[in-house]
Amino acid sequence: MAAAAQGTSLKSYLLTRLALVVPMVLILLTFVFLLMRVAPGDPISASLGGHVPQSVIIDIKHRLGFDQPLWRQYIEYLGDIARGNFGRTITDQRPISDIILVNGAATLELTFFAMIVAVVVGVIVGLVAGRFRDTPWDVGGRLFGIVIYAMPVFFIGLMAQLFFGSYLGWLPTSGRASPITQATLVTHTNIYTIDAIIDGNWSALKDVVLHLILPAVTLGLVTAGVFIRLIRVNVIRTLKDDHIEAARARGIAERDVVYRHAFKNALVPVITVVGLSLALLLGGAVLTETTFNWPGIGHELVLYLENRDYNAVQGIVVVFGLVVVFVSLLIDIVNAFIDPRIRY
Amino acid sequence: MAAPTDTTQITAPRRLRLLGLRRAVSPIREARGFAQVIVYVGAAITLFFILLAIFAPLISPYDFDQYQSGGKRFPQLAGPSSAHWMGTTVQSTDVMSRVIWGAQTELKVVVISLVFAITLGVPLGLLSGYFGGKLDRGLVLIMDALYAFPYLLLAIVIAFLLSNSIGKGVLTAAIAITAAYVPLYFRVVRNQVIALREETYVEAARALGAKPFTIIRKYVFYNVVQNVPPIATLNAADAILLLTALGFLGYGIQPTDAAEWGYDISRAVSDSASGIWWTALFPGVAIVLLVTGLTLVGEGLNETMNPVLRRRRVSRVTFDQEPEPPIVDAVDGT
Repeated sequence: MAAAAQGTSLKSYLLTRLALVVPMVLILLTFVFLLMRVAPGDPISASLGGHVPQSVIIDIKHRLGFDQPLWRQYIEYLGDIARGNFGRTITDQRPISDIILVNGAATLELTFFAMIVAVVVGVIVGLVAGRFRDTPWDVGGRLFGIVIYAMPVFFIGLMAQLFFGSYLGWLPTSGRASPITQATLVTHTNIYTIDAIIDGNWSALKDVVLHLILPAVTLGLVTAGVFIRLIRVNVIRTLKDDHIEAARARGIAERDVVYRHAFKNALVPVITVVGLSLALLLGGAVLTETTFNWPGIGHELVLYLENRDYNAVQGIVVVFGLVVVFVSLLIDIVNAFIDPRIRY
Repeated sequence: MAAPTDTTQITAPRRLRLLGLRRAVSPIREARGFAQVIVYVGAAITLFFILLAIFAPLISPYDFDQYQSGGKRFPQLAGPSSAHWMGTTVQSTDVMSRVIWGAQTELKVVVISLVFAITLGVPLGLLSGYFGGKLDRGLVLIMDALYAFPYLLLAIVIAFLLSNSIGKGVLTAAIAITAAYVPLYFRVVRNQVIALREETYVEAARALGAKPFTIIRKYVFYNVVQNVPPIATLNAADAILLLTALGFLGYGIQPTDAAEWGYDISRAVSDSASGIWWTALFPGVAIVLLVTGLTLVGEGLNETMNPVLRRRRVSRVTFDQEPEPPIVDAVDGT
C-alpha cells in the first residue's frame, strides 16, 4: 500500500510495490501448502476412497512425494511453481496448467462480462442516488443496492433460470454453448466469444452470447451492490468539495457542475474497487459456475473438492491467489499513474 | 489566600455508564431521516428472524426432517396447500418447517463465528497497532495476504479440510467463516489504534506513567470498540451469505443435523428444471430478508456514525423561556 512507499518518484514507488509482491506470493504459497498438509487426514487415502489396498496407497504416496519430510516437500513445491509447474491432479492425472488454460478461459469470459454489467449498473444507480440524495431516487437506488447485495448468487441464478429459461424459454440456462456450437467452433483461445469472432462464425457467436447473458448478468448484478454504495458516497462527498463550490460561484450551470466536475472525480476510485471486487467476483464465480453449469475454474474446483483431490484443490487455490495478487499490483500501478498523491 | 467565594458546583450530568452502551446507542437516537428508518426496519426484520429461531419448536408446524405425520407420509414435491403452506420437498419434508428451523441454524452459526472472529481479530489488532514493530509488520503481511484472498474460497477450503477430520457441522462451518473474517477486524482495529496512539490524551497517559496495557484497556479500547457494532452487523449479513454458499456447495451443515437454507436451495436446483419453484423460492426469500434486515441495521449504524454521511439532530440546548431550536442539519445544513 501507499504507506510502504518511501520514495518520492513514480519509479521508486513502482519498485517498492513490485518488491512487495514477492513476500505476498510467498505467504500465499506457504499458507496454502501448510493448510493442505497440516490439516488432519491423509490426502491420498481420502482421494482414493476406502477400498484401495495399503500397498497402492504407499506406492502413490511415494510417486507424489508425500512420504518425504515436510521441508523437502515444501522446497520442491516452491521450485515447481517457480518453474510454472503446478503439478497434476490425483484423480484423473490432468495437468493443473491445462485446467488454468481451458477452464480459466471460461472463467475469464464470465467474470469479464460480469464486471461490465456490475460497473454499468453500479455507476448509473450510484450516480443517480448520490446526485439526488434523500429523494425517492436515492432511497430506491440504495434499497436496490442493498437487496441485490443480499441475494445469494445461486438464488438469483436459480430464479433467473426458472423465469427466463423454464417459464419464458428465452435463454439457455446451462453451459457455455449448445452442442452444435461446441462441435463446430474452432477453439483458438478457449474464450468462445473471441474464437467465434476470429472465425467470423456469427451463428456460434450468437449462441455463445445467449449462453453468457444469464450467468454474466447474475454475477454482475450481485457485484454491482458494492459499486452502488461506493459511488453514491463518493458523489455526495465530491459535491461538498471546495472545487464544486468554486465552480458554482463562478456561475457555471448546475448541470455542468454535476456532470463535468463532480461525477468525473467521483468515478476515479472505481478503478481501485474494480480491483478489490475481483476477489468478490471470483468467489461469486465459483457459485455462478456451479449454478449455471459453466465449465470454469470454480466449477472444476467444486468437482475436485467432491473427489477429495488435494493436488487439484491446492493448484486451483494457488492460481486464484496469484490472480488476485497480480491484479491488485496492476490496479496499484494504474492508480499511481492517475493519482499523484499515492506515490508521494 | 482567601477561600474561593464562588461555591457553585458545576455538576456534569451523571448518567448510567453501561460499558459505553449509551454512547453506542445514542447515534441511533440522534439519527434522523432515512438512516433512522432503515435502522428500525432492519431491526424489525432481524428481530422477526431471531424470534423465529428461538421459538422454532413452537412455531414450526413439523420437524425440519419430518416426512410423515400419524403414519401417513407427506406428498412429494406437492405445491403450497393448506396442510403445507410452502409445499413439500422431494424427500416429503415440509418447506415451511425447514425455513423456520433454518433461521435457528443460520443465526447460531453466524453468532458463533462472529464471536470467534471478534475475540481473535480485535485483540490482535490492538496489540499489533499499539506496539508496532516486527510483530506488527509480520501480522499485517499475513492478514493482508489473507484479506486479499477471495474469502469464499478460503472458507470452502477450510470447511473442506475440517470436514475430513472433525466432520461437517456447526463448528466446522463456524470456524470456516471465522477464518474469512478475522483479517477484517484486525485491519479495522489496527488502523484505528495507530491513529489513536498519537492522540494527546494517550500521550498524556503515557507521560503520567501508565503501563501499555492500562492505556490500551482504558483509553484505546473503548474508542476502537465503537466501530465494531456496525461492522459486525454488516459482517453478520455477509456471514449468512457465506454460510448459505457453503451449504449450497455441500460444505455447510450435515443435512441430518439441521435445516440450512443454502443446502435446501442446492437440492432445489434439480426441481427447477421441471418448473417447481417453491422449494427454491421460500428458503431464498428467507435468506434475502434476513441479510437485508442485517444490512439495513449495519448501514443505518454506519451512516449515523460516519461523519461524512451523518445527519443528526442538533443537540437540544434550552435557555430559559426560549423556544426549542428547530431541527436542522448539523453537518451539511447549508
